Amino acid sequence: MSDTLYIIIAGAILTYLTRIGGHLVLSRFDRVHPRVEAGLNAVPAAVLTTLVAPAAFSAGPAELAALVVAGLVALRFGTMSMFFAGAAVLIALRQVLG
Amino acid sequence: MTVAYLNAPAQAALLDGARLGLPVMIASAPFGLLYGALAADQGLTLFETVLMSAAIYGGASQIVGLELFGQKVPPALVVLSIFAVNFRHILYSAAVGRRIGRWPLVQQLTAFFFLVDPVYAETENRVERGGKLSFAWYMGMCLPIYVSWLAVSGIGHVFGKLVPDPHALGFDFLVTIYFFGLVLGFRKRPLWLPIVLISGVASAVAYNTVGSPWHVSIGALAGIIFAVLMPVQREMEG
Repeated sequence: MSDTLYIIIAGAILTYLTRIGGHLVLSRFDRVHPRVEAGLNAVPAAVLTTLVAPAAFSAGPAELAALVVAGLVALRFGTMSMFFAGAAVLIALRQVLG
Repeated sequence: MTVAYLNAPAQAALLDGARLGLPVMIASAPFGLLYGALAADQGLTLFETVLMSAAIYGGASQIVGLELFGQKVPPALVVLSIFAVNFRHILYSAAVGRRIGRWPLVQQLTAFFFLVDPVYAETENRVERGGKLSFAWYMGMCLPIYVSWLAVSGIGHVFGKLVPDPHALGFDFLVTIYFFGLVLGFRKRPLWLPIVLISGVASAVAYNTVGSPWHVSIGALAGIIFAVLMPVQREMEG
């Protein structure tokens, strides 16, 4: 088997383990301690933020403007509108600013 | 399984989920094209390119893996890097397990396979808004996202070279905008702002010191530990 296939298959198995692992560990306990519960409730904000932060901190004016506009739209409208508004600002400004 | 065999509420739930899959398909398409083009560059066949998307199904980890293919890195280290990028899913499965732990086992095992970032976010959103979390709704959302991910990976492999200027089209930053929107969607949760600030700063610092992909786990843990240490609040108010 080629290295590529080996990497894909091993990577897939380990990835599936990450997608099921947290539940396998947690389901061993009969009840979840309130502090663990509080930690789990923090997961969306905590994890998703780390996918944005490095790019946001190193962003130029076009990227920052796109995030600001997307953020404002997100306060009133749904995901679709937010995404398209941000994308439109990003692409328009990159044409101008390069 | 075809829609015809499902009862009316399940059909409605399936379509309800599919509606949420649409923005994810659009936001992830440039990312998938980029992955496919990069895979072609690295000498992967079309089959290997689509297989990697189908089996690993995690865009960032696929791209990190590809970048290491070209550098004569031992295969085990490439696998470890893929694992490191996807490590955050452990937290997703712990959090979502509370919601779907009563589903039949096969449904759970299937659902966990498709537990990518946007699916996780939309699932938490659904619970927060009091919606019913059914397998039909979940798969209605997941399947279009999955199929489109495989398709754009293959398209990127074949036609990636034809995109004139990916930077001008914002390819590298579109997914960041989308994730930013997902973060904002949770703003009514307790301690949201301090968690975002702490995780944001911690991940940016870790990104510039320890390096990628560890900034994700480090940044996430910083925010979660903060939430664990705070006085316990009633959840999901407001």
